[in-house]
Amino acid sequence: MNALTNRAKPVDRRKMNFMERIYLVAIFKGMMITFSHIFKKKPTINYPEKTRPFSPVFRGLHILNRDEEGRENCTACGLCAVACPAEAITMEAAERQPGEEDLYREEKYAARYEINMLRCIFCGLCEEACPKDAIYLSETFAPSDYQRKQFIYKKEDLLIPHPLKQPEEYKKALGNKVKREKAN
Amino acid sequence: MLLAIDMALVIEKLVLIVIVVMASLVIAMYTTFAERKVAAVLQDRRGPNRAGPFGILQPLADGLKLFFKEEIIPNFSSKALFILGPSLAMLTAIMTGAVIPWGDKVHFFDRDISLQIADVNMGILYVFAVVSMGVYGIMIGGWASNNKYSLMGALRAASQIISYELAMGISLIALLMVTGTLSLKEMVVAQQQGLWNIAYQPLGFLIFLICAFAECNRTPFDLAEAENELVGGYHVEYSSMKLGFYLFAEYVNMFISSVVMATLFFGGYDIPFLNEANYDQNWMALFGVLMLMAKVVGFIFLFMWVRWTIPRFRYDQLMNLGWKVLIPLALFNMLLTGALVLLKHNGWHF
Repeated sequence: MNALTNRAKPVDRRKMNFMERIYLVAIFKGMMITFSHIFKKKPTINYPEKTRPFSPVFRGLHILNRDEEGRENCTACGLCAVACPAEAITMEAAERQPGEEDLYREEKYAARYEINMLRCIFCGLCEEACPKDAIYLSETFAPSDYQRKQFIYKKEDLLIPHPLKQPEEYKKALGNKVKREKAN
Repeated sequence: MLLAIDMALVIEKLVLIVIVVMASLVIAMYTTFAERKVAAVLQDRRGPNRAGPFGILQPLADGLKLFFKEEIIPNFSSKALFILGPSLAMLTAIMTGAVIPWGDKVHFFDRDISLQIADVNMGILYVFAVVSMGVYGIMIGGWASNNKYSLMGALRAASQIISYELAMGISLIALLMVTGTLSLKEMVVAQQQGLWNIAYQPLGFLIFLICAFAECNRTPFDLAEAENELVGGYHVEYSSMKLGFYLFAEYVNMFISSVVMATLFFGGYDIPFLNEANYDQNWMALFGVLMLMAKVVGFIFLFMWVRWTIPRFRYDQLMNLGWKVLIPLALFNMLLTGALVLLKHNGWHF
């Protein structure tokens, strides 16, 4: 029978000699191996204090974007929902009323916008489909909750903080996204 | 008056007892922490580092957790024995500290205070007697649990300790031939003046070390609590602080056997290459205690290091090693030592 690889070694079935039979040498060798591990680098990252650096294309939780004046970008066109392979996105459109111009950028907006985070596979196709730069995947991840229904993220959960009213939270939510897009 | 009680002596001994018991408990506590850290480091992990700086409060958290656990005494157990088991394990573990010479004499309040609770002239026999009693804790606990796994674990522990105690005792006889005394204090004094006993009894030390591992139920001899065969071994049915006592007793045992090994073979509180008589007595006593502790730490590290290196024996291998290897080896060592001591006694020089 041919071996699959050339790495196979026949088992050594010779009788052990005296030094091998008292095992002390082998034990000493083994202990040296474990001892050498004291000086090895530990791969663990102290998670909450330190996080692993993400790749620039990391896809985390979704964010619904606003423009510089704080108006929602989304026009409820439904392209993201269509693009979504997991069918995690649902929305309801509504017409912008007079006087709401500082809330929504265009005449149509999403009155209800929900993403089921348990269905979402974080593929980023919604981000690619969006013609208005209204949805993108942020660097936040590891959502946790006590109930499954909490994982259906509403518009309040998704919307980015207002850039003029809450500039600090806005910057935090934006993360490195802007830099990245400018670099592209 | 014959029965005049020296009150100062009583107080002195009481203080010493309290210190020794507390110290062995605290050291055992931190040995559990050290075990986790050493295990982590040997396996390229970080180990507990959340409770307090570097995780040094971890043993407190562990102990507290055990205290808050529900106390379960199974209906089908013999209740008195079930409680007696862990108490006995803990008691025997702590009792051994009484005859250990922790340090030389200190001089306070115009009194020479010996840092040894009781300088019994058969100290080492006392240690052996108490350590052998420790197996009753495991046996009673395992039997009283009325559980097959517990019983198996207890049986294993008992037969293992009996097998290894023989070899340990015989290797010790050879040592006693060299030292000519059973008192631990006198042994240390002899080692202070001459060479450490390890120089005379290397083989004896090796046998003693292996047997000490077996006596402490430490890997590779931890068959009494082999998780993958016996669930938890003798303490399957135990919960809360009773379980804590068993686990804790193991670490106290480890500490005590490290102390015994350091005292018997590595000069106890002797500081090598230093004549203690030339310096201040109190400081030397303090450094002596620290020296003993340093040796003990070394031994405890060895215990852990071996634990994370060598896999557990199979039961027949364990018995083979005990009866067919260690006992003949110990007998040979005893005969050899006896012959050499006799020759030296008759005026041979070598």
